[in-house]
Amino acid sequence: MSFTLFLIQCLNGLQYGTMLFLIAAGLTLVFGVMGFINLAHGVQYMVGAYLAFAYLHLTGSFWIAALLSMVTALVFGLALEFLVFRHLYGRDHLDQVLATFGIILFLNELAKVIFGPATLSIPVPELLSGSIPLTAELRYPVYRLATIGAGIAVAGLLYIVVSHTRVGMLIRAGATTPQMVSALGVNIERLFMIVFGVGAMLAGFAGVIAAPIFAIEPGMGDNILIVAFVVIIIGGIGSIRGAFLAGLLVGLIDTLGRSLATMATASVFPPSMADQIGPALASMLIYILMAAILIFRPKGLLPAKGAA
Amino acid sequence: MRDRSLLVAGGIFALLLIAPGVLDATGQAYLTGLLMKAMLLAIAAMALDLLVGQGGMISLGHSAFVGIGAYVLAIGLAAGIENILVLLAIALAVAGSFALVTGALALRTSGVYFLMITLAFGQMAYFTLTSLAAYGGDDGLTLWSLATLFGSNVAQNAGHIYLVILAVLVATWWLVHRIGQSRFGRVLRAARDNPERAAVMGFSVFRYRLTAYVIAGMIASVAGLLTAQQNEFVSPALATWQHSGDLLVILVVGGLGSRNGALLGALFIVAAQEALGAVLPEWRLIYGPLLVGVVLFAKGGLNSLLAPGTAGPGR
Repeated sequence: MSFTLFLIQCLNGLQYGTMLFLIAAGLTLVFGVMGFINLAHGVQYMVGAYLAFAYLHLTGSFWIAALLSMVTALVFGLALEFLVFRHLYGRDHLDQVLATFGIILFLNELAKVIFGPATLSIPVPELLSGSIPLTAELRYPVYRLATIGAGIAVAGLLYIVVSHTRVGMLIRAGATTPQMVSALGVNIERLFMIVFGVGAMLAGFAGVIAAPIFAIEPGMGDNILIVAFVVIIIGGIGSIRGAFLAGLLVGLIDTLGRSLATMATASVFPPSMADQIGPALASMLIYILMAAILIFRPKGLLPAKGAA
Repeated sequence: MRDRSLLVAGGIFALLLIAPGVLDATGQAYLTGLLMKAMLLAIAAMALDLLVGQGGMISLGHSAFVGIGAYVLAIGLAAGIENILVLLAIALAVAGSFALVTGALALRTSGVYFLMITLAFGQMAYFTLTSLAAYGGDDGLTLWSLATLFGSNVAQNAGHIYLVILAVLVATWWLVHRIGQSRFGRVLRAARDNPERAAVMGFSVFRYRLTAYVIAGMIASVAGLLTAQQNEFVSPALATWQHSGDLLVILVVGGLGSRNGALLGALFIVAAQEALGAVLPEWRLIYGPLLVGVVLFAKGGLNSLLAPGTAGPGR
């Protein structure tokens, strides 16, 4: 592989990684603070993408569509919290899995009914539609660079909020001992609601920025949900820093693995076999990574202190 | 027979035994296909109940073993192995080894970590199956020849696969029932309720759980093998995590950790999906919220309606 191609794959990996982080951040916060396992988090990513599509067709502007989508994603997340999730906080994990599984089935089907089963796409916004030269022969789309930037900016913002503000302090305290936080007079239900709403909005945001690059289709959130789980296991459940590190790691390894695996296996096996083994190995890489990390650090790379 | 759950199970098995004849006579033969689907789901769900109901280990990767069983049949047939007993032995060996390795890793953790790790291993198996280009890849593979029992077609649609599935169902029910009553089952439930106490009493919780995980995986692979043989088709869709979710739904609707929960749940869910599907092609729009409603408002499942007070061993 040429150096240029390698560089492009690295950037693609970073871009995928920051998007994974946006999804994993909400998932890990909701689990860390509320002990709530939300399989429907992937669907919220899908909802974000579909909202971007719908609003773009209504307003004609990507930026207004993006803003409206995030607001709607937030409202939608809060509505789900109010209707379903808040009744499940005290229940065991199995109940949470099943109820959120039901929500997945419903929303995937609803997306199919409203928008049809075919894949949709939206154009890259004009302002970011160009590509810039990175080296003499390498040009890279501005939009992808912008998503990397947006992901890193959100990561920084979240880090500041969680570690340096009063709400962040309450979130960390709530993750450790919710009863004590509640006993000290903090409205823990409202705190849960804020965390949940922000998580849903982040997933929706990831959906919005993914919409111009990836296909919008029913069930698009299901596979990324699993990868987000892998990310938060590797990073340590409840840890924002862990989710960031693991998101980038998983994004890079998955993207590079897909282009390198066939080549690497071709040096060991005959080409016809390598064509089969390579892709299989590539899609297994992140799970192998997860298994390996669990052997040495069962609580993940950067476990949140005191979190369940 | 003081226990009502034994009567319920016996009644269901008897009904299942006479069902094909009755359905044939009334011209509703297509329903036997649905019954077979329900029975195959029940076998896999019973195995899962050993983990979830008795062991307290919520696995979202159980369908991987169903997929393994199905693909052992497909690949074995392609390699010229026709005897279903040989294929069964291979399926049990492959599923057992996969369960031993992934279980040993997954059981280093518990609770939500366990759930997510089984999910990840399940996805790993799924992606491996989709990458088997020689056996259909994403699209799956139609089985042009089927496995035989020493040359006879008794375990095929042309023969008596219905009875074979029913026999495996009864055997699985009996096996899980015996495990539940055995010392092994009691230790498993003790570890579910309080792992520290079980450990202090001198039991290696890890070993008991791993054994249960391997047994459950092996039983699920039998269900997968029979599913492939009955559908005459294999596809990676059998191993998706949504399929694992369906199995959990069956357990909870039927009644977790109860003797007949998996059986009742599978029959009910297959009937409900079919009925909803007949009313509305987009039946998931009803099914999804229904699921949420069941979780929020109905506890104990169907089993507690049919046999109140016999919520199964240790519950």
